[in-house]
Amino acid sequence: MGWKMRKQTGAGGGNDIQWCFSQVKGAVDDDVAEADIISTVEFNHSGELLATGDKGGRVVIFQQEQENKTQSHSRGEYNVYSTFQSHEPEFDYLKSLEIEEKINKIRWLPQKNAAQFLLSTNDKTIKLWKISERDKRPEGYNLKEEDGRYRDPTTVTTLRVPVFRPMDLMVEASPRRIFANAHTYHINSISINSDYETYLSADDLRINLWHLEITDRSFNIVDIKPANMEELTEVITAAEFHPNSCSTFVYSSSKGTIRLCDMRASALCDRHSKLFEEPEDPSNRSFFSEIISSISDVKFSHSGRYMMTRDYLSVKIWDLNMENRPVETYQVHEYLRSKLCSLYENDCIFDKFECCWNGSDSIVMTGSYNNFFRMFDRNSKRDITLEASRENNKPRTVLKPRKVCASGKRKKDEISVDSLDFNKKILHTAWHPKENIIAVATTNNLYIFQDKMN
Amino acid sequence: PKCFPGAQNPAEDLEDTQEKDKSIPPERAEEAKLKAKYPNLGQKPGGSDFLMKRLQKGQKYFDSGDYNMAKAKMKNKQLPSAGPDKNLVTGDHIPTPQDLPQRKSSLVTSKLAG
Repeated sequence: MGWKMRKQTGAGGGNDIQWCFSQVKGAVDDDVAEADIISTVEFNHSGELLATGDKGGRVVIFQQEQENKTQSHSRGEYNVYSTFQSHEPEFDYLKSLEIEEKINKIRWLPQKNAAQFLLSTNDKTIKLWKISERDKRPEGYNLKEEDGRYRDPTTVTTLRVPVFRPMDLMVEASPRRIFANAHTYHINSISINSDYETYLSADDLRINLWHLEITDRSFNIVDIKPANMEELTEVITAAEFHPNSCSTFVYSSSKGTIRLCDMRASALCDRHSKLFEEPEDPSNRSFFSEIISSISDVKFSHSGRYMMTRDYLSVKIWDLNMENRPVETYQVHEYLRSKLCSLYENDCIFDKFECCWNGSDSIVMTGSYNNFFRMFDRNSKRDITLEASRENNKPRTVLKPRKVCASGKRKKDEISVDSLDFNKKILHTAWHPKENIIAVATTNNLYIFQDKMN
Repeated sequence: PKCFPGAQNPAEDLEDTQEKDKSIPPERAEEAKLKAKYPNLGQKPGGSDFLMKRLQKGQKYFDSGDYNMAKAKMKNKQLPSAGPDKNLVTGDHIPTPQDLPQRKSSLVTSKLAG
């Protein structure tokens, strides 16, 4: 059995990728504790490590097993490597402000030595975590027993040199830097510069530049707070450094614009170098227009030539050399346009979906409702809808494409728009930097899918 | 009933409109539905009020005078507490020490690591 290639509207570069279930992490029960809601997913630069953050302020890191040469039909599985409490709930008594411990973003640093480093942030504070392995320990102390108790000095009759002996692998996470008190508003993004020394953090109205070694100072590089708050018309929704050009970054807004700034131009980058905005057809304007144009995520391609933005209904690819419109637009779930009234009433219209590129920038992926996620092949122009569900969890069985019936007669195997579960949202997805391995987060579960090998 | 382009449609006819007459864009039809339900909805959804609410996420208001008066009024009963809607920031809701998030005394491991 299995889904025949010719029936599939498949997405894949060259030969269509056949996605198979690999693993699922998390509790099976439907009663989801708030703390278990996954809030961010990120592969490290090699793809060997996969980090998740949740609403309870915890980080869980999975490590890919070394490939087993005898099992050539599957890649290594991801197993728990380290888990720690990154942030705790706080209350700012001075401002009467409750500060959630939810991890908004995790970003990995490229590996420089044996240890791994990542930045994790909640609404107010960014932390640099060091994750290191310990696989040996000194044994044979003169004054201490093996369990740490001190020996009676009078019983010590000989002298010996302690030696390192192997021990069971222990992975330790320790906070090395805490970058606090620089944001009045809520942090939505962090992005590490290609110089690997600095990084930016963005909140609703401001963007700050930090040095990874320095915690008591940060430089404000963008400030869009109006002198009179009554005049506030837009907020910053996401920001990212260019992957190669260390002086270039972009930030997106709630009005659907993206501004590219060059830090060489001035200390305060309030004036953009480029403004990316698609002109709107005024006859199509409605109450919902601005809300659905709000950009929830912006990501540069690995090449640095393009950037991708996600708004409520679509994914757009922009060529950095062309500001007046995107070069590609992909509809994620256009059938929702005739449901905007109810989506506004249940707040779903404000859901912030993320998007990601594959390693070669040929395919982009984003999430939707009903635990569906979508992939768009930029070369073949084909797209596919897949579902993250425990019902499909037989390893090496190719996932069946899903189809939503917008109107009219529903075909067999299609699902009608009104049957979609809007509580099952896939907001966070990640693509391995080199392989066809993807991590898809449902509300409280993490799914890992791989392409079928041979 | 057949709908003509440009006609003003009451909310209950919009279902028909969407299927039969494509000249009214679905977004406008949805907008009309919303305005029919909430006639007092502000004109600028992306304007100041909406964004201000977003910026004020997490804000809790506490007035020690109100708190002490409420405590005195209910001296034989329980202290006033948040009730079901913890997000209400004005009016009778008086945040109390019981409402504040408790620091986790022990680390509960994520179920992803289970």
